[in-house]
Amino acid sequence: MKKFFKKLKYHIQPKNKHILIIMTMFCLSLILATFASGLSVEPLRTAAGVFIVPFEKSINQAGLWLVSIRNLVIDKEELLQEKEELEQKVDTLTAENNYLLQNQTELTRLKELYKLDEEYSDYPKISAKIIAKDPGNWYSNFIIDKGSNDGVQEGHNVIAGKGLVGLVTEVGPDWASVESIINDTSNVSAQTVSTSAGCIVQGDLELIDSGMLRFVQMNDEEDKVTVGERIVTSHISEKYVEGLFIGYVAQVEQDSNNLTKTGTIVTPVDFSNLKHVFVITMSKAAQLAGEESTGEE
Amino acid sequence: MRNKLILFVTVLVSFLLQCTVVQYFAIGSIVPNLLIILCVSMGIMRGKRSGMFLGFFVGLLADLFFGSVFGFYALIYMYVGYFSGCAYQVCYDDDMKVHLLLVAAFDLLHNFAVYALQFLLRGRLGLFTYLKRIIIPEMLYTVLIAIFMYKVYYYINHRMMKPIRKESESIWVLK
Repeated sequence: MKKFFKKLKYHIQPKNKHILIIMTMFCLSLILATFASGLSVEPLRTAAGVFIVPFEKSINQAGLWLVSIRNLVIDKEELLQEKEELEQKVDTLTAENNYLLQNQTELTRLKELYKLDEEYSDYPKISAKIIAKDPGNWYSNFIIDKGSNDGVQEGHNVIAGKGLVGLVTEVGPDWASVESIINDTSNVSAQTVSTSAGCIVQGDLELIDSGMLRFVQMNDEEDKVTVGERIVTSHISEKYVEGLFIGYVAQVEQDSNNLTKTGTIVTPVDFSNLKHVFVITMSKAAQLAGEESTGEE
Repeated sequence: MRNKLILFVTVLVSFLLQCTVVQYFAIGSIVPNLLIILCVSMGIMRGKRSGMFLGFFVGLLADLFFGSVFGFYALIYMYVGYFSGCAYQVCYDDDMKVHLLLVAAFDLLHNFAVYALQFLLRGRLGLFTYLKRIIIPEMLYTVLIAIFMYKVYYYINHRMMKPIRKESESIWVLK
């Protein structure tokens, strides 16, 4: 019997390449499983999060400290640059101001915007700190230090001061991972403020450096959408609550089908230096469900 | 056991550094890839099997927190670990040239794999834009960092862990 087991053991001794093949199969089946049936790795994630997130939080503190030291050194240059930027901003603001004074319709548009702004501040939100970023260079996902214990849920929208940043995709007890809208895979249903022309805002890796997003399939038959038009999240979106500011139109082009338009949007959010964000603790899905239930009553 | 524990801690620390501190050293929003360096180093210094499992584990961590498709990075890093383990038998592990060359090659391949499977399949054809924007800069930066990180991993392997007997996998020993 002992001899038999010894023999068996000898035969089962796997070679490296066999292990490699088995593991490859395992990974491929995992990939297929996530694609086909949306395999949930939630428990694994939560378990790993318990280990890793506290470290991330403390290391991030150290990192911030390092950055603050670096900032001390380059403070002057930064201030000069800031001054230049502010001067530019003053110029653009003056131009905008003149434009506003001249144009009466623009004024009504601003009133509308004001209404939007009010709505914007109506959403309940909590502030969160970014504690970790995607290890690679292809995506811009990040992890924040607020989770289900603070009321963050999957599907909540994330904004940063001036505009939309992304969507919460996974939640742990005290962390949540956020998919940002500049991701190449991200799509946001949006509309223009003045004409309510619907469009889809897509992240595009080729435009990230210039701080821009792409929009496609804009329905604008009367050619009313011009450069500088404000784009907000649309009321038909299933993931994003209505009226979150995304950015200004920078460029519009007619598609070759002569029906729709594409172009680029400048976002007001500086994604590469993002440190603090706000999570809107109200998801569109819940909002829709709420409306449905009241509609039925 | 002790070896495995130290490897585990090394992986964890590298991953944490990659997600937090390294992000602050981004040049032109490009960050070096410590995980590739780790996989390649351990592959060269500890062989195919260690490299493979280490790569798998590293990839799994990346998948858990940031992956859209679970298992994707695990697969890529596992192959990186395995194939750099092929160099284990043929070169000395204190040879920095081989090390840097392999880091460059695998970083390139890893990024090509990400591009081909996650971008090209969605119809993003601008390979040259991506080459110029991400792949080449990341490779250069990673190789630069690898010069230092290699020393760190070398130290960890030789001072803190029992080295694997190289003869046991040597092609010169008749089995």
